[in-house]
Amino acid sequence: MLKIENLQVKLEEEDKQILKGLSLTVPSGEVHAIMGPNGSGKSTMSYVLSGKGGYEVTGGSATLDGVDLLAMEPEERAAAGLFLAFQYPVEIPGVGNMTFLRTAVNSQRKSRGEDEMSAAEFLKVIRAKAKSLKIDAEMLKRPVNVGFSGGEKKRNEILQMAMLEPKMCVLDETDSGLDVDAMKLVAEGVNALRDGKRSFLVITHYQRLLDHIKPDVVHIMADGRIIKSGGPELALEVENNGYADLLAEVA
Amino acid sequence: MAVSKAKSAAPDARLAAIISPVGGKWASEARKSALTRLHDMGLPTRRDEYWKFTRPDELTKADATPATLLETDEKPVFCDIDRLRLVFVDGVFDPDISDQMAMEHVEIEPLANAAEKDIHWARDIYGVLENSGQSPVNRPLAALNTATATQGMVIRVTGKAPRPICLHYVRTSETADAVVHHIVKVEAGGDVTLLENGPAAARINKVLEVDIADGGAFHHVRTQGRDHERRAAAHIFARLGTESSFKSFSLTVNGALTRNECVIEILGDNAHATIAGAAVGDGKTHPFHQDDTVFITHDAVNCESRQVFKKVLRNGATGVFQGKILVKPGAQKTDGYQISQGLMLDDDSQFLAKPELEIYADDVACSHGSTVGAIDADALFYLMSRGIPRAQATDLLVLSFLAAALEEIENEEIRKDIFGRLEAWIERHRN
Ligand SMILES: Nc1ncnc2c1ncn2[C@@H]1O[C@H](COP(=O)(O)OP(=O)(O)O)[C@@H](O)[C@H]1O
Ligand SMILES: [Mg+2]
Repeated sequence: MLKIENLQVKLEEEDKQILKGLSLTVPSGEVHAIMGPNGSGKSTMSYVLSGKGGYEVTGGSATLDGVDLLAMEPEERAAAGLFLAFQYPVEIPGVGNMTFLRTAVNSQRKSRGEDEMSAAEFLKVIRAKAKSLKIDAEMLKRPVNVGFSGGEKKRNEILQMAMLEPKMCVLDETDSGLDVDAMKLVAEGVNALRDGKRSFLVITHYQRLLDHIKPDVVHIMADGRIIKSGGPELALEVENNGYADLLAEVA
Repeated sequence: MAVSKAKSAAPDARLAAIISPVGGKWASEARKSALTRLHDMGLPTRRDEYWKFTRPDELTKADATPATLLETDEKPVFCDIDRLRLVFVDGVFDPDISDQMAMEHVEIEPLANAAEKDIHWARDIYGVLENSGQSPVNRPLAALNTATATQGMVIRVTGKAPRPICLHYVRTSETADAVVHHIVKVEAGGDVTLLENGPAAARINKVLEVDIADGGAFHHVRTQGRDHERRAAAHIFARLGTESSFKSFSLTVNGALTRNECVIEILGDNAHATIAGAAVGDGKTHPFHQDDTVFITHDAVNCESRQVFKKVLRNGATGVFQGKILVKPGAQKTDGYQISQGLMLDDDSQFLAKPELEIYADDVACSHGSTVGAIDADALFYLMSRGIPRAQATDLLVLSFLAAALEEIENEEIRKDIFGRLEAWIERHRN
């Protein structure tokens, strides 16, 4: 269970408050969606949860299964089961995708006191998962995200998620810039990981994705906090009327 | 470059002490004229433009500063590669611990023996390429080498060499001050790989002259020894014929002072030259200063040259790159590429670069770039967010930074060996 309580975050370098008392709970096994206007702090929330530098937490808390996320290094949060699919996956020239993923999988295993995955076993697993995401062997050999199309980058994020088998998956606009087929592929990838225990927090602007990944709860975020939560019908309302009415409601 | 009176007067102590070796047929002529050259030029001083970023004092002073011998249980580089190994101890060739100098398509002879014989091709290379490389910039340490060297290998390649030749340098003395001069002639259609590894001496002055005839190929990979206090001035002079290929890679790991000069003259059409290097230095316990100085002259049509240099520096380490591409009139369709990059692992270190292009032909494509930067914070966070601890993620990014230089090594087995050395160094030098 991911529990965010009254989270307040400002930029480290400037006096700019971005999250202004954000509260949100995603029980295990559930899929929650976050929608909200650009600039409302959705990406900031996902970065702060995963431990990116440049932000200062000025109040509140975030825990995963009772463990304080904010006190940990980014790699410890990952090992604790948190995964962020980046809105803008980073290109890393010179580091092979395969090397990267194997290092990641084995680092997490090691920190949990588990045995490392052998090269052969890893290869077998990744090939099967890559295939279902239509990621070809050539893409696995290339440097991380370098020369990947927008859609390939997003599918690569889902592949990483599938390999790392996290407890809590945060997907930041994974559907942005994808055509219908690519989006279906991503949604299938996510659905394949739904096992009744794993939780998802899906940040999106579009109902379209939520047609494929059915959310239990939809939250609306604006100006650094959740202004409304509800069932899947809330996403439809946004799709039809935009955010104006919702924003007016709380104003 | 004009020679000023003041300059020749400077390092007199060293110059006065120089006596050319007696004997040697063609060699004695070459040594004599090199000595004259040297006296005309004088040794380099700190005031020389060409030594703006690197102080030559330690390389020019009369006696070498002693250097502690490195104690390590690391296996020597290239030890798992099937090679013909020639061992130099403190800069002196030792046939007893070397392999038989016999290999198909290759003639090898120690310089001392070859100098006593009438080897016409050696006469046309020894000190000749060095002399040609003295213009437009003086390289007095190379002239000093030609004038005084008695150690080195004389190698002629007439076909495809079945395995690499490895010059393996070991140190036993803390004070050895060595001068080594190798010459290589790659005949038409010849193809050879020359490996060099080890620190050679407390102070080493090394020259390698390579003459590649039409269609010949020369591959060179060297590592310069991990001894912290050693000092080295190494020159490569290469002359390329039509459709020939020259590829050289250097790994510099540690060392108080390393000056690597490379002078390449492309004289035949459709030839290719690559000079690449990876340097890693950590000034924490010992000073590290590494300098790559390259001069490539294109004097033929449709030739390609590549310079790829990467330096990883921390704790006050210094990296220097001076690289010039000169495209002579008529050298059309020249493709010249040059990149030099410094990766700073802290704020104390420095990377000094002077890239230059001088082009006198109109149909050429030359590009050069030089960058200096730190580890990319976004890339580091991305790796860590996947569970890779900071130290390991940093290592991955350092290795990825160096990768482009290593990719210039054609042979995969050799490249992997070099990669392993870098990996080990990076692990030893984590914060
Ligand atoms: N590192 C940063 N530097 C400056 N402004 C930032 C930074 N990170 C976020 N912001 C600002 O914080 C606000 C929220 O941004 P973001 O979290 O990206 O919103 P969303 O993902 O909801 O579109 C925006 O006004 C954005 O400009
Ligand atoms: Mg965003």
